[in-house]
Amino acid sequence: MLRVQAEPFDAGAEVNAFTAGATGAGAVVSFTGIVRGDGGLRALEIEHYPGMTESAIAAIIAEARARWELTDVLVIHRYGLLELGAPIMMVATAARHRVAAFQAAEFLMDYLKSRAPFWKKEVGGDWVKAKAEDEDALDRW
Amino acid sequence: MLTLLYFAWVRERIGLPREKVETGAATVADLIAELIARDEAYALAFADLTSLRVAVDQKLTSFDAPLAGAREVAFFPPMTGG
Repeated sequence: MLRVQAEPFDAGAEVNAFTAGATGAGAVVSFTGIVRGDGGLRALEIEHYPGMTESAIAAIIAEARARWELTDVLVIHRYGLLELGAPIMMVATAARHRVAAFQAAEFLMDYLKSRAPFWKKEVGGDWVKAKAEDEDALDRW
Repeated sequence: MLTLLYFAWVRERIGLPREKVETGAATVADLIAELIARDEAYALAFADLTSLRVAVDQKLTSFDAPLAGAREVAFFPPMTGG
């Protein structure tokens, strides 16, 4: 399942609902990214490419499902104005065994970081620069 | 008609989120050359292609990609999702 939204979400409630619906799974792994208050950051503004955002994330999910035996996948990613401490995005994976769930969650994160069309800007500041190590992280898959 | 989309600082430098252009450009690189010749703002936005990415019809591709049949071309910096 995939949601791209401006609204905040409750990561705990999402994991609970995901787990309740993950029939046949023996392992659920989740990751939540939150707005970190570095260097006097007040808020983040996230721009995205409607249409391509959804198709790019769907392709990343399909690739994860092809590589690992997953019973279910959830990706939520926000755009717009995000306050300090607010959730930016989350992934959850469900599988029969934990290794697939852990690895697929990391794979999803690495690809969402560098291949989903989102751009972060510090409110009152500059665009967040992509890090070389985020691009390099794709090589391990 | 080709729809061009600009995101993040590319949008800011060009001063537009989108525009429609008539072009005979065969590749993305040819299109960029046409745009650069048009105005200083484009020259500034496209000055360093290593800091740019391009999507044709919402799929990431390279600057030598052909434009035959394309409807939408988007230019943007490396993505910073997650």
